[in-house]
Amino acid sequence: MPLAMLPQNKEAVIVEVKGGKRLTSRLLELGFTPGAKVKVLSNSGPAVVDVRGSRIALGWGVLSRIIVSVDERGDCQSVGI
Amino acid sequence: MKGVTVKVLVSEKETIKVALIGNPNVGKTLLFNDLTGGRAHVGNWPGKTVEKKEGKYTFRGVKVELVDLPGTYSLTAHSVDELIAREFIVNEKPDVVIDIVDASNLERNLYLTMQLLELGANVVIALNKFDLAEGLGYQIDVKALASSLGVRVVPTVATTKKGVEELKQAVIEAARKKPSKYEVSYGRALDSVISKVEEVIVKDPTLSRFPSRWLAVKALEKDEEVLKLIRASPHANEIEKVVAEASEKLGDDPEVVLAEKRYEIIGSILSKALEREEKPVTFSDLIDRVLLNKYLGIPIFAVILWAMFTFTFEVSAPLSDLIDLAISWLGEVVNEALTHADTISNMFFIATGAEINDFLANLVAGWLPSLPEWSSNFASSLIADWMYTNLFQSELSSLITDGVISGVGAVLVFIPPIFFLFFALSILEDSGYLARAAFVVDRILYKAGLHGKSFIPLLLGFGCNIPGVMATRSIDSEEDRILTILVNPLMSCNARLPVYVLVAGAVLGAYATFGVFSMYVLGMVLAASMALLFRRTIPYFKKKPSHFIMELPTYALPTARNTLTHMWERGYVFVRKAGTIIVAGVVAVWYLSTHPWGLPIYWSHVATIGYTLEPIFRPLGFNWMSIVALVFGFVAKEMVVGTFGVLLGCEEEMLGTLLASYVFTPVTGLAFMAFTLIYIPCLATIGIIYRETASWKWTAFTVVYGIILAYLVALLIVSVGHLLGVESVYILNSLLRQIAAT
Repeated sequence: MPLAMLPQNKEAVIVEVKGGKRLTSRLLELGFTPGAKVKVLSNSGPAVVDVRGSRIALGWGVLSRIIVSVDERGDCQSVGI
Repeated sequence: MKGVTVKVLVSEKETIKVALIGNPNVGKTLLFNDLTGGRAHVGNWPGKTVEKKEGKYTFRGVKVELVDLPGTYSLTAHSVDELIAREFIVNEKPDVVIDIVDASNLERNLYLTMQLLELGANVVIALNKFDLAEGLGYQIDVKALASSLGVRVVPTVATTKKGVEELKQAVIEAARKKPSKYEVSYGRALDSVISKVEEVIVKDPTLSRFPSRWLAVKALEKDEEVLKLIRASPHANEIEKVVAEASEKLGDDPEVVLAEKRYEIIGSILSKALEREEKPVTFSDLIDRVLLNKYLGIPIFAVILWAMFTFTFEVSAPLSDLIDLAISWLGEVVNEALTHADTISNMFFIATGAEINDFLANLVAGWLPSLPEWSSNFASSLIADWMYTNLFQSELSSLITDGVISGVGAVLVFIPPIFFLFFALSILEDSGYLARAAFVVDRILYKAGLHGKSFIPLLLGFGCNIPGVMATRSIDSEEDRILTILVNPLMSCNARLPVYVLVAGAVLGAYATFGVFSMYVLGMVLAASMALLFRRTIPYFKKKPSHFIMELPTYALPTARNTLTHMWERGYVFVRKAGTIIVAGVVAVWYLSTHPWGLPIYWSHVATIGYTLEPIFRPLGFNWMSIVALVFGFVAKEMVVGTFGVLLGCEEEMLGTLLASYVFTPVTGLAFMAFTLIYIPCLATIGIIYRETASWKWTAFTVVYGIILAYLVALLIVSVGHLLGVESVYILNSLLRQIAAT
């Protein structure tokens, strides 16, 4: 599901980043890579996302392009809720 | 690895070149100052609008030239900043690259380190904010980190200069003996793919100035600049073929795979070098729950903003007044001294002076029917006065007192509000709130077709449009950046306030304060409407505002040193850039208003401009004096006040009364205020707009749309005013008042 739908304060793992080349690059360098754990800390308007220990504000358009999963299977062993 | 040659030995007394790089918000500015002692040469990267800062220091006999590279998260080809940084490392081959890493955020910060190592840079890591990391309960094994990366690592605390000497030592050591090279390994499968690409790239000697492995990785990532290089190579076909095959083998987007791998490598390094207790909610997050709250966020933001402006104005106003006084005193003293010297040589005129005055006064009164009736007595005395000064004042003394001294004065008066605004802003920035403010207003700005990051530039515009325009550099997308520059002059700067205060005070009576306030609101409303209009109508801006992505730094208590450093850096740039333009402009205005030499201002070049333009401004009810004032206001908007002073020949206290009697009605006064707000950005701002857009087209566009919009808005105010009959009410009022007074 897109990160936009992830409930607040619930941890998930990034599955895919769907964006143009430029957007993807920006997100990758900030740590939004597949396999990274993310948590939405606040979502009033843009959202504040916790990724790899930093707080990144993301606009709505970006939130819908990051696909995450909360499933606790496969290689996502460490997903805690 | 071929290509990158790093000087292995630095003999004593040799100069070494060192570059400073790091993510945004790692304390780079402060560490630069720690290293150099604050002395820096600020310029621009050749052909770019990005600032280049250079400094020097000597350590144990070795001279070090330090270059500050732009703050970046990575070294892709997507942003100017990142390109500048990597081109510098590749082309200038600095002996050492100091990579400032935020110890409290190692994982993300080491991503840039990975890229630097891949680029073959001789890296020394400054592990900054080490105290903060310890406070958060992070235990960093510096030795383990250093050995796993194969570089020197020095813990530092830039705010207290801790570790700076050790860092200097490490830099010299690294320059003398490069540590064994660290190869970023992506695992066997990926490495073999990269090697294949590397093998064909090595065939082209023209590409040898880049590390071949780095080129291979970037080619796989489809880095635009590297692909361009490859296309120009005689082996282009072969290389492209191998890259295509390799990409296919990787399956997914190689860029994503490689980034994922890099973070994996960082993870494994940190598993050895970092121990931390899991802290689910930090103090910073708790503050954010309040400050970024859906309902509280905007009201809190408004209060902070209000506090900031109140602080700026309240503290700076008396200082500005003091400077103003000092400058006029200086002008008088210098003038007197110079006039004294001139008097002897001008003795000749004393006998005939009075006759000439009479003659000219009659001539002027006869020649200028457009002067109001009251002028006959007033003007002749004024002109006599003017002639007197001019006959006894040489051109040189006039140039010095009215041109240079008042020009420098015009700049100095701005220093208190600008510096206090920057001071307040630096506190907000260093505390981490400024990034949150952009976050809070993004929703609102988005609706106007602007970007959350447009907020800081627009906010600065209230102080002065010059730093406002310069601050647009933090906006990633060029379209968003230019759009923000175009509407920035509509933010009512400090210089316009005295004009509002004068005119509103003169003609709006009890509504003066409201009138002044309404100008600020008008500016904001127009900025939003224009941004939206340009977004909708100009093809260049057709796209939606670019995505909002912004790091929110951890809240921190601003330190005095940090805040003052930031204030000084911003303020200094303003004084240097604006200062020269304003002084030059004031001298130009001095020339136009005093030549042909010896004649009163009514016959000067600038008056000619006023008379010529009068028909155009007749619908707005502006007379030639207002037009001359506006012409001067082009240099710096607060000059409008002084110009009225000269034209009406009176001190500032009387100015309001004279303006109300002879120049403006309430409606035309309001229209004039709006015109002052909107028309042409001042000379210095135009200069900056040109520098920042690097385009005459956009600069001219800003000027032209400003004039047209100003005219339309002023016309609207006048028309509505007349329709409502406000005019007649006021005329009646003032008539009654006059009758009562007599």
